Amino acid sequence: MKIRKSPGEIIFDTFNYIFLGFLCFTMLYPMLYVIFASFSNPIKLMAYRGPLLRPLEFSTEAYKLLLSYPMIWIGYKNTLIYVVVGTAINILLTTMGGYVLSRKNLKLKNPVMFFIAFTMYFSGGMIPTYLLVQSLGMIDTIWAMMIPGAISTTNLIIMRTGFHSVPDSLEESARIDGAGDWTILFRIMIPLAMPMIAVMILFYAVGHWNAFFNAIIYLRSRELYPLQLVLREILIMSSTENMTTGISDASDRFAVTELIKYAAIVVSTVPILCIYPFLQKYFVKGVMIGAIKE
Amino acid sequence: MEKAATKHFQPSRWQELKKDLIRNKSLYIMLIPVVAYYFIFHYIPMYGLQIAFKDFTPAKGIWGSPWVGLEKFKEFFVYDSFYVWRIIRNTILINVYDLIFGFPAPIIFALLLNEIKNSIYKRTLQTVSYMPHFISTVVIVGMIMDFFSRDGLINQILKSLGILSEPISFMTEPGWFRPLYVGSGIWQNLGWGSIVYLAAISNIDPQLYEAALIDGAGRFRQALYVTIPGILPTIVIMFLLRVGHMMNVGFEKVFLMYNPLTYETADVISTYVYRKGLLEMDYSYGAAVGLFNSVINFLLVVFSNKIAKKLTETSLW
Repeated sequence: MKIRKSPGEIIFDTFNYIFLGFLCFTMLYPMLYVIFASFSNPIKLMAYRGPLLRPLEFSTEAYKLLLSYPMIWIGYKNTLIYVVVGTAINILLTTMGGYVLSRKNLKLKNPVMFFIAFTMYFSGGMIPTYLLVQSLGMIDTIWAMMIPGAISTTNLIIMRTGFHSVPDSLEESARIDGAGDWTILFRIMIPLAMPMIAVMILFYAVGHWNAFFNAIIYLRSRELYPLQLVLREILIMSSTENMTTGISDASDRFAVTELIKYAAIVVSTVPILCIYPFLQKYFVKGVMIGAIKE
Repeated sequence: MEKAATKHFQPSRWQELKKDLIRNKSLYIMLIPVVAYYFIFHYIPMYGLQIAFKDFTPAKGIWGSPWVGLEKFKEFFVYDSFYVWRIIRNTILINVYDLIFGFPAPIIFALLLNEIKNSIYKRTLQTVSYMPHFISTVVIVGMIMDFFSRDGLINQILKSLGILSEPISFMTEPGWFRPLYVGSGIWQNLGWGSIVYLAAISNIDPQLYEAALIDGAGRFRQALYVTIPGILPTIVIMFLLRVGHMMNVGFEKVFLMYNPLTYETADVISTYVYRKGLLEMDYSYGAAVGLFNSVINFLLVVFSNKIAKKLTETSLW
């Protein structure tokens, strides 16, 4: 059944197409601006007013200065460690917990579930958690970045839902063949729940990639700083002196400082933005399962 | 009668549990690290909250420090009342503004996107709208500070359009903190937040639309009487989740965005806890403020859930 559009609908459609297009442009443009600006000539950019549509006199000076700053590399290296090791710990614990809590005939399941879910509603807060981490001797170690957040309750519940959806008959037939719980988990459940686990890996990895607050409170030595903390120094505290010592003129130095900020944003963000369209469908899936809590 | 029944079954229940523990030994072994994690990193801090009622000094430890009752609460409600009301007001206002403006935004976006019939255009819009979600908070705040600085892009554009004669220093003006905070939040999460609603819309039975069409409903009426009621349960759930962590929301972004010049409107409970408790190392005071925060938060979840149950029969529990 095809119905002719009324004039009102045509006006609405036109408005809607343009409005949403404009909205998305405002989401895209700031990133483009940053990319264009980062490749510009610092002095030219200082004098320029208004939106950029391409780099002003292509130059890679900001990147040269930024990438010669050792903290960037230290930050990158540490973040990679936190992402890889941290996510591995997250996934191991979340998978085991999710699997066990998805089993039907387990007497202690509901009490344990309550024990876990309660922490979503009430927490000890920042100070007692800090004192705990301190008394465990984790201050200024890489473990403070990974162990206190070893399980995210939301993700645990998502995993549990995922294991629920594996048909019982598979487990039964495996049991008849003599498989124990460990075999069932690693040989049947994990391969079948792999798309779900991929989602969890993404969620946790992004979390580690973006984490900075644990680093602020738990880390002292700069050698352990994650990338986000290095970025915070550059972007928010504007401490780029180390990179611009070679420039004698004060206004030049200011111009370059601004440019280094743009380059830092690009270096830390563009890799993620480039791979995310490929991961998008997994993320979307994760959000969906996360929203449908039982 | 019920009492008698439980009494009767008590011993066999324990036996059943024992049997269950043996039969599912490997499952319970898998559960040990998980339970241990929750016990250590969630329940021990809850136990540690008692320092809110003690005069805690690290040398004496949690056990050894003397009890002082409600002294710490008195300290902030009575002596520091100026700061306390400010942080409570700021926490509530930021959240209320975010609920008024930030919460409906993804819903409206999803409804508008749903009206776009060209699938390529629709998919492009979706992909672009998710993008800001993937930028880290540090970078987002760095970009806000750059674009909204006195000679940043926003001031340049407003000036060239003749809207402003004098540039505004958004980042140091207390009056601009909340609009910037909430606005940038919408910018970042509009697309991402719409995923859930778009999925809910796609789950609505197409027959409902056909029926509405036969009854003479145009697209606007279809949206009003079919789409919106169809996604209402999802809206309620998302609202509850949002209210549920109202008191903790946005701490990291506030922490990065604010500065002493904007404390007046930007300082929230958790940032105050951080400064007092960790920077000034007044642990008991910080824990007391934190406990106050947690209790309010807990009450909010329970309360909003009760209301939702009454109104819509949808709830988290």
